[in-house]
Amino acid sequence: MTMAQALNSAMDVMLARDPNVLIFGEDVGYFGGVFRVTEGLQKKYGRNRVFDTPIAEGGIVAAAIGMGVNGLRPVVEIQFCDYIHPAFDQLVSELSRLRYRSGGQFWSPVTVRTPCGGGIHGGQTHSQSPEAVYAHVCGLKTVMPSNPYDAKGMLISAIEDDDPVIFLEPKRLYNGPFAGDPEQQSGRWDAHPKGEVPDGYYTVPLGQAEVVVPGDELTIVGYGTLVHVAVAAAREAGVCAEIIDVRSMMPLDIDTLAASVKKNGRCLIVHEATRTCGYGAELSAQIQEACFWSLKAPIERVTGWDTPYPHAQEWEYFPGKKRVLEAIRRIMEIA
Amino acid sequence: MVELSQTVLLKAYRLMRTIREFESRVAVEFEAGTVPGFTHLYLGQEAIATGVCMHLTDADAISSTHRGHGHCIAKGCDVKKMMLELYCKRDGLCKGKGGSMHIADISKGMLGANAIVGAGAPLAVGAALTARTLGTPNVAVAFGGDGATNQGTVFESMNFAVVLRLPLIFAVENNGYGEHTGISYHLGAKDLVTRSAAFGMPAEEVDGTDFFAVYEAAGRAVARARAGGGPSTVVSVAARWRGHFEGDPQTYRDLAEIKELRKHKDCLKKFRQRVIADGSLKAEQLDAIDAEVAQLIDAAVNEAKAAPPPAPEDLTTDVYVSY
Repeated sequence: MTMAQALNSAMDVMLARDPNVLIFGEDVGYFGGVFRVTEGLQKKYGRNRVFDTPIAEGGIVAAAIGMGVNGLRPVVEIQFCDYIHPAFDQLVSELSRLRYRSGGQFWSPVTVRTPCGGGIHGGQTHSQSPEAVYAHVCGLKTVMPSNPYDAKGMLISAIEDDDPVIFLEPKRLYNGPFAGDPEQQSGRWDAHPKGEVPDGYYTVPLGQAEVVVPGDELTIVGYGTLVHVAVAAAREAGVCAEIIDVRSMMPLDIDTLAASVKKNGRCLIVHEATRTCGYGAELSAQIQEACFWSLKAPIERVTGWDTPYPHAQEWEYFPGKKRVLEAIRRIMEIA
Repeated sequence: MVELSQTVLLKAYRLMRTIREFESRVAVEFEAGTVPGFTHLYLGQEAIATGVCMHLTDADAISSTHRGHGHCIAKGCDVKKMMLELYCKRDGLCKGKGGSMHIADISKGMLGANAIVGAGAPLAVGAALTARTLGTPNVAVAFGGDGATNQGTVFESMNFAVVLRLPLIFAVENNGYGEHTGISYHLGAKDLVTRSAAFGMPAEEVDGTDFFAVYEAAGRAVARARAGGGPSTVVSVAARWRGHFEGDPQTYRDLAEIKELRKHKDCLKKFRQRVIADGSLKAEQLDAIDAEVAQLIDAAVNEAKAAPPPAPEDLTTDVYVSY
């Protein structure tokens, strides 16, 4: 399955298993979603459970919160994560805070699915990576899968989770793995081990990182599209790097990361988002706290630049294979 | 009905033809893969931007939408620089940084295309409030689609403009669809005029494929705003000929509808028929414009393809005052 199909399958499974699950958002029903992730679901489950809304992101999230408080389990789509900001108040002041401020009386188990990331020439309002913003909002869980198998298992976990989840979907990966070289086409998920996705119900727990490639010279920590970029870059560098997919920003599985960095003594963090206060800053801080005495070199980050996502020069902005490769070489040179 | 001078008529025709030619060519080039990025075309709606913007000066501001090329051209932006922008080139209107969805030219009062639906209206409120605060005769126009009228930002802007009696015109373009969802589904009110009027301002609906109808309604609204009479809404109805974006499979729409539109709702055809029939312009005058515009767009595309890209260091400029 592609990642888009795997996500579709997760919602299909949950719509069938739990009558309280519903899907709504802009063009998700009749049209099937701009990335085809909700294709066919309205036809199968009817307009009462899979429906279109007006273009009104604040209203979409707010309505979901109200439904969640009252016993339903809404899964909403924000068409691009760049459109989510009209809903920011609802996410920060309502969705994330209800449990705490009601002293645990009520909460809202909403899942907000939203495509993120660049590499599709979307310019500044169709390419951003806001994971750090939401990881910073306590009360929300924030996750990002990097492959079809995880996407399905994690989305089912997110829907079943009683905490609200910001579920970020790297849109460049919807239809194939992408190793960060714009001169090369995306790969095919059906030729990738993680493209093998069971039809039925299974879960991948939130809050667990995964060692994607084991290695003993360097640890590369990333998530989303950059996992694939890191794998390709490490291979080309000829370095035996351990590559870890964070998968979940909040909660973070620091134990898996720390075990690896303690073993290898070198750590590179990679993400698409801008650098300052990007999620890599948190990763770097926590890894340093846990692994300071094992480090042989400073922890380095390869990230987007501190600029808005550009229209021109996308591949100079995007932290592709070349920049990751250079960073690997720098870190490995330190004695 | 107001008699329009030859100069006005020729200008209107040239603008509409330029938009038509620009967008038609972008469609071709996009399909050929030479234009990078996403693009949303204004084909079918040319008379709206033209009919509204012909009442404006460079000092009047407009806020635009993701479907903004028409607004740019009607507001007087340099067509060649627009094409350079679409092609990610250094000499584009925004140095290649904005692209189709964020194209802007402050020197022309064009505050920018905007890919966040409904985000332009509050910006126009700010422009109108500036005019009122500084006591200038300027007005602002908030362009937005039928889909955008459902955003809270547009509701807030309409009320704000009425309460502060701002020199603002909400130029609502009802093209039938909010992205891929038809207006019969997404609009709760009876129509957009009723809803806008409910905020406490004059509102009227016109045929957005009839330049004269748009021009007259917009003229009334702009005159009212300049005279201190406060905001108005002009709803122009003109279905788009293309999909929401280039490449949209348009499964939500009967494609026969588009054929009908091209046949019966073509603002250029309608304009041409009328001005020739009433003797105000000759076919040769219009043909000459057609030829000039075709040449201009052709040159714009060729120059854009050949133009230099930004330099590496341009990537990290224009973020702050300091860099």
